[in-house]
Amino acid sequence: MATVLFYILSAIALTATLLCVTRRNPVHAIIYLVHAFFALALLFYVLGAPLVAAWEVIIYAGAIMVLFMFIIMMLELAPSQELQGLVWSRLLPVVLLSLTVLGATFAIIAFDPGGVDGIPVYFATPRDFGYTLFKEYALAVEVVSFQLLFAAVGGYYVGRTDKKKGGRK
Amino acid sequence: MRDLWRDIKGTLEPFWVTLSYIFKKPVTIQYPEQKRTPYSRYRARIVLTRDPDGGERCVACYLCSAACPVDCISMQAAEDENGRRYAAWFRINFSRCIFCGLCAEACPTMAIQMTPDYEICNRDLLNLVHEKEDLLIDDGGKDNEYNFYRHAGIGVVNPRGGNEDETEPEDVKSLLP
Amino acid sequence: MNDILITLLIIIIKLGLIFAVVLTMAAYLVLAERKILARMQLRYGPNRVGPFGMFQPVADLIKMLTKEDVCPAGADKYLFLFAPGLAAVTALMSLAVVPFGPTIEIFGQQVPQVVCDLNIGVLYFLGLSSLAVYGIALGGWASNSKYALLASIRGLAQLISYELSMGLAVVPIIMAARSFSLTDIVMAQESLPFVLIYPETFLIFFVSVAAESKRIPFDLPEAENELVAGFHTEYSGMRFGLFFVGEYINMIILGSMTTIFFLGGWHGPLLPPIFWFLFKVLGVAFVFIWMRGTMPRFRYDQLMHFGWKVLMPIALLDVVVRGGFMVWSLGG
Ligand code: SF4
Ligand code: SF4
Repeated sequence: MATVLFYILSAIALTATLLCVTRRNPVHAIIYLVHAFFALALLFYVLGAPLVAAWEVIIYAGAIMVLFMFIIMMLELAPSQELQGLVWSRLLPVVLLSLTVLGATFAIIAFDPGGVDGIPVYFATPRDFGYTLFKEYALAVEVVSFQLLFAAVGGYYVGRTDKKKGGRK
Repeated sequence: MRDLWRDIKGTLEPFWVTLSYIFKKPVTIQYPEQKRTPYSRYRARIVLTRDPDGGERCVACYLCSAACPVDCISMQAAEDENGRRYAAWFRINFSRCIFCGLCAEACPTMAIQMTPDYEICNRDLLNLVHEKEDLLIDDGGKDNEYNFYRHAGIGVVNPRGGNEDETEPEDVKSLLP
Repeated sequence: MNDILITLLIIIIKLGLIFAVVLTMAAYLVLAERKILARMQLRYGPNRVGPFGMFQPVADLIKMLTKEDVCPAGADKYLFLFAPGLAAVTALMSLAVVPFGPTIEIFGQQVPQVVCDLNIGVLYFLGLSSLAVYGIALGGWASNSKYALLASIRGLAQLISYELSMGLAVVPIIMAARSFSLTDIVMAQESLPFVLIYPETFLIFFVSVAAESKRIPFDLPEAENELVAGFHTEYSGMRFGLFFVGEYINMIILGSMTTIFFLGGWHGPLLPPIFWFLFKVLGVAFVFIWMRGTMPRFRYDQLMHFGWKVLMPIALLDVVVRGGFMVWSLGG
């Protein structure tokens, strides 16, 4: 069961990514990418890492892609000439992908409501995950967070306004 | 610090106000069941009135038609045998009327008047085109005593110049030097 | 196999029940809101269809279903048609992890009153609420209308900003309950609801939730007097209805989450648990409506200022202080 799901989901992720990079309309591309992220999140779930799955959705699909979309909307990129094609042939991928993702989600929930017994090689509860991350790899986490802090400060420095001149540098 | 206190108070106080309003009696008038009585000078359905003697007041002078900003009054003037003018037909298109009351103000004979009857909506626009028969009422409206021909105009009620507040018409021929 | 079938059956029954209850509740929440708002403004509100306007939601539904489904010229057709569904579905899906009551026994089966007690329930909810952005963003963008687009951009920025403080406000709760599972969080409030222990966290959470619900005073994405009707300007008929109902389902979800995180979930004296839960959710919904009847709308810069410069730092500080206190009280 899990193996089958795994292959289906991988196929979806790959197809969606492929469709994403071939789209001309940036917003459509984003939607396919979000699809890919969903499939990826479910893959993580199937592989026994529910926490990572959740982060995948929250951070990648929910925040980063939204920011992408925000930028695209602000810039108002005109879609460069739509490819002419049959209506259903453009609609079909979306429908198929959504249906499979939905079906897979439902199947997972149905066969494993608690998300507890999995097929996983190693099942990481949020607690295990936290212990591993903040005990064993504490140093790495700190280094990464410092990098992020530097990046934030750097960004603030680059984007600072010059008080004396009153203009943006 | 004072400002903060003021802001908090200003944010919370309105909540109390709205909550207390829930328990007040609504001021809504439940229209089809309860109707409010409009004031007597309310401007709604237009009527054509009659003078105390029962004759039509309108002399088809077209003043109302000219005054109407949306051009919804139309009529055809006619004269009877003693020279008294009247409207052969008189039509108000209520689907265009804005109930501004300018027609009633313009009318020299007080024929056209506004009434407080406001319930004239209709599903069919053509039903809103009122003809003279629909407009004419058997009453003097706001001033029952007024009769235009007792104050001015050609000799319909009294001979010319025979009214109380009128002087005899000048004989133009006798004014020769 | 039999076990799986029974589990599947129970899930489907639960899903059906929840959908029926929540959709009806959403419909009547609309009516309740109109009524309560009306009374706050000294009006009666809808009272023509049936006694006390009880059938107003049905009348509205019929009206929306029979209206023409307009798709504006130049719109991105599929996204335009698809976005309202997305808005409603993301709202509905959160219901899967909401525990309405403790586990009960029916016909010898242990039936938890939750569709799926995910061990990452909190994250599931946060994830879905961050996905809720897509409904309005895509809907507004695909409409090919400047008002809708502006509204989407506003909505995107607003939801991202306030999601952050919402997520941060949940952190102390997770720390206190020591679990991501919503059932565990409710269990942890057996004796005392968290709102009494974490009043400031509750305030932060509630404000962010109000912003997430896109309602007054945070209704910038649909500011009627600036943007016509915001992101659903171009929608008509049932597609508009989906956006509309999605908003109210969202209200129920956010009310449930507030109840679960802070108000002690289904715990309460005397009455059966499920009633307490409903009661609390409706209470939160009433506060939302009350807020709508009372407050004016934020200006956009005020919104951003408040979100990033006031709420976020306070939420962060709260996490640090509460976390530090917890570590200290546990003795390192
Ligand atoms: S009330 Fe005004 S609009 Fe109506 S008929 Fe008289 S002048 Fe015309
Ligand atoms: S109603 Fe009055 S103003 Fe209009 S034509 Fe008749 S007399 Fe003249």
